[in-house]
Amino acid sequence: MSASGGTKNTNTESWGGFDDNIIIQGSGSAVIDMENMDDTSGSSFEDMGEMHQRMKEEEEVTAEAAATEEETGEDGEFLGMKGLKGQLGRQVADEVWQAGKRQASKAFNLYANIDILRPYFDVEPIQVRNRLIESMIPLKMIAFPQKVAGELYGPMMLVFTLVAILLHGMKTSGTVIREGTLMGTAIGTCFGYWLGSSSFIYFLAYLCNAQITMLQMLSLLGYGLFGHCVVLFITYNVHFHSLFYILWLVIGGLSTLRMVAVLISRTVGQTPRLIMCGTLAALHMLFLLYLHFAYHKIVEGILDTLEGPNVPPIQRVARDLPNVASAVVNATVRSVAAVVHSQ
Amino acid sequence: MAEVEDVNKPLFAGLSDVSIAEDIPVEGDIAVPLSSRNADDEISTLDEPVKDTILRDLKAVGQKFVHVLYPKKSSALLRDWDLWGPLLLCVTLALMLQGGSADSKDDGGPQFAEVFVIVWFGSIIITLNSKLLGGTISFFQSLCVLGYCILPLTVAMLVCRLVLLGSSGLVSFIIRLVVVSASFGWSTFASTAFLADSQPPNRKALVVYPVFLFYFVIGWMILTFSPSQ
Repeated sequence: MSASGGTKNTNTESWGGFDDNIIIQGSGSAVIDMENMDDTSGSSFEDMGEMHQRMKEEEEVTAEAAATEEETGEDGEFLGMKGLKGQLGRQVADEVWQAGKRQASKAFNLYANIDILRPYFDVEPIQVRNRLIESMIPLKMIAFPQKVAGELYGPMMLVFTLVAILLHGMKTSGTVIREGTLMGTAIGTCFGYWLGSSSFIYFLAYLCNAQITMLQMLSLLGYGLFGHCVVLFITYNVHFHSLFYILWLVIGGLSTLRMVAVLISRTVGQTPRLIMCGTLAALHMLFLLYLHFAYHKIVEGILDTLEGPNVPPIQRVARDLPNVASAVVNATVRSVAAVVHSQ
Repeated sequence: MAEVEDVNKPLFAGLSDVSIAEDIPVEGDIAVPLSSRNADDEISTLDEPVKDTILRDLKAVGQKFVHVLYPKKSSALLRDWDLWGPLLLCVTLALMLQGGSADSKDDGGPQFAEVFVIVWFGSIIITLNSKLLGGTISFFQSLCVLGYCILPLTVAMLVCRLVLLGSSGLVSFIIRLVVVSASFGWSTFASTAFLADSQPPNRKALVVYPVFLFYFVIGWMILTFSPSQ
């Protein structure tokens, strides 16, 4: 195994390299540090990637050393300084490129891996339907923690449905958005509410020591939007104010009660329960109120009737809907105004 | 000492028997076969005139249009996917939906960008959703299918514009409603014919619903389009 003279350096060098590799492999992979195991990554490829990279680097270092030794140690064939640097330079550049590519693909596999989200989408249609119906049924047992499904398919589909319904409402109410687009506003509102509200309530839950995870909070609030979708779908098409208020109380109230019951069952202490449930109820009901009135078809008649003829009309541009619908709306609004005035 | 050498000699003799003798021919070919076919193909498409390339691509796009209009269970759309058709349809739809509000000062730009963003981000989200639910088709194949199935809605947009040139009362609204609903149903049916096969059988409804929503939003944008005076 020792270098036998200067006859065939290459063979002994390659044998030596092979030995070195075995030694390095043995020392590198003998112990796996359990501390570094990451739950979220499927195969702790950070560890594997590091070990692999270390092994590759050792191999490349020895290969480079072998190459340089070949160049310098070859009998009678002296390539000259230029040939030496050219080959070395190319090899170094190649290794740098390989290392960079490895790093990039490692980072990509780590962060852009959608398989991280895969377990949250593992549902059957029957389960989604059952959860939609259950989101309107408040359960009375608050003695022990109620089960909350941790899935993201239902909530996401509900948020997109809400976006579609909101678009419909904005178009029929003749809303003109100045700085931005209709679509952007709708998506921003709905996703902003879902994510922002969930984060805020999760933060309160952290303060009040409630037993609920972020995923469960997202899921709970997302399914609570089912009531919103139903109410808005009905009231964007049938413009009766009293109907909206009844639906707001009944359907909004039911879904709020369900979410509140789940939270109460997972919190101890009167004050924390009050804080969290009060905030959740307020956000939920006020959001529905906001969605209805911000994009509601405003007819100039309502302002004239309620506040007097001196108020200038709002700068809204009406779209050309069939005259039938607007006649119905006008009649409704005047009757409601008359009721309000009489009280 | 001599006994050790006697013991060693048969060992070395055995070792020498193991080595491959020169008179046994070694068979097989360990050289990697050169795929010279691909190199020739690439060279030939690089040297052909631009007209030929464009015509070939247009023909492929047209063939896929026919597949969408008569959705049979064929795999032509999935096998050689391309994104030229979706781009063409998206740009056509966005251009036709432009200038569709009474206030023409500030709504010309966002309309085009809105449609573009809705189509492409909607397709991306539906694709991600179907992959997360366990779908077997690739990302770009799904984008291709969803983009090509906008064709019926684009045709409906053309019809709506023609109808709006004539009149804009209740009758035209009903005609437009019927046309848009029919084309929306056609789009959804066509895309599910291609997409639903790649899902596990009991989850087809979970994949079809976002597609339904997507084409519903596009159909709604077409229906509520009214040209500026």
